[in-house]
Amino acid sequence: MNAIWPSIEAVLTKYSLVTAFTLVGAVVWVAYAIAGRLAGGRLHGSAIAILMGLAAAYVAGSFTGGAKGVADIGWLAGVGLMGGAMLRDLAIVATAYGVRLEEFIKTGLSGVVSLLLGVFSAFLFGATVAYAFGFRDPVALVTIGGGAATYIVGPVTGTALGASSDIIALSVGAGLVKSVLVMTLTPLAARWIGLDNPRAAMIYGGLLGTTSGVAGGLAATDERLVPYGAMTATFYTGLGCLLGPSVAYIAVRAVVGS
Amino acid sequence: MAIYGTALLSFCLICGLVVGKLIGLAIGVDANVGGVGFAMLLLIVLSDRLRAAGVLAEPTQRGVLYWSAIYIPIVVAMAATQNVYAAISSGAVAIVAGAGAVVIGLAMLPLVALLGRSDSDESWPAGPTPPGDPR
Repeated sequence: MNAIWPSIEAVLTKYSLVTAFTLVGAVVWVAYAIAGRLAGGRLHGSAIAILMGLAAAYVAGSFTGGAKGVADIGWLAGVGLMGGAMLRDLAIVATAYGVRLEEFIKTGLSGVVSLLLGVFSAFLFGATVAYAFGFRDPVALVTIGGGAATYIVGPVTGTALGASSDIIALSVGAGLVKSVLVMTLTPLAARWIGLDNPRAAMIYGGLLGTTSGVAGGLAATDERLVPYGAMTATFYTGLGCLLGPSVAYIAVRAVVGS
Repeated sequence: MAIYGTALLSFCLICGLVVGKLIGLAIGVDANVGGVGFAMLLLIVLSDRLRAAGVLAEPTQRGVLYWSAIYIPIVVAMAATQNVYAAISSGAVAIVAGAGAVVIGLAMLPLVALLGRSDSDESWPAGPTPPGDPR
């Protein structure tokens, strides 16, 4: 009996991507069944599936202590490959297939405005929160502000300015909270904020920025909006990394002194 | 053949990522600046040209559309591999900063949407769903 699981595990581990396709397929099937019968159509199946994924990642993280959710469990490593940057970006680009070019160009200006507003408001808000919690060092303030942008902008800004590792960890935490909340809150807020057309989706991507959050949030709201939001969100992290250690840092230092 | 479509898609992604990386290098940022965005633009332009030229056969298109259809499951896999535990247990500053940034971002959407409003962006009806949509 004891030899049975190791044998199965060996197969699952060796074919980890195939294991992931099987498991994720099962999760999506269950989620859509729940959406159809229990939730009565109020919550989209993909939103339930994403929530189930996040819950699984939380449980796995609490057991393994790792940073990669269920992918830290050996035989589930394939989920990390399936949901990793490589296949995710390939699928995001594929969603643009069939989109008309004019729609992107027509909404270009709103996209640029939303990007600048999104990046600066995140820095401003994150730094304000850090200040309210007693942080006074401009490097710490702008690093946590960067975390409120995305979990990449925070560490990049902190590393460039020489922030300590606990501050960088806080900024990553802020970015992760943001990403998780964007995935879960977007489908709930969509109706109130008018997130139901391509231009709103492009503005949304520019304002929120976190690629994983935007990708998950729009997928759970209306799949047709994904290419528009992903299009602007993809510029956000780069812009944040550019503005964080420069403009945002100088501005914060001018306000609080060095 | 389906591989032509997948190859076209992959080619666009690689080109976009290289451009994004080079822009990052040019402005001194260690990040890929808009790589996926450029890839999407390239795919839109290339597929438009190829379709106009009549060389985009049905099997070729399926090689792209499969990846578009598998997008939601990939996002589910991505969600399952996020560091959710660290996000929830990383302290009040992180949670307030992250949560507030989301609320502000969502709240600003209707305001920014007012700028440059055009008559063509009325809300979408719950109309036909894209190919591969499991709904």
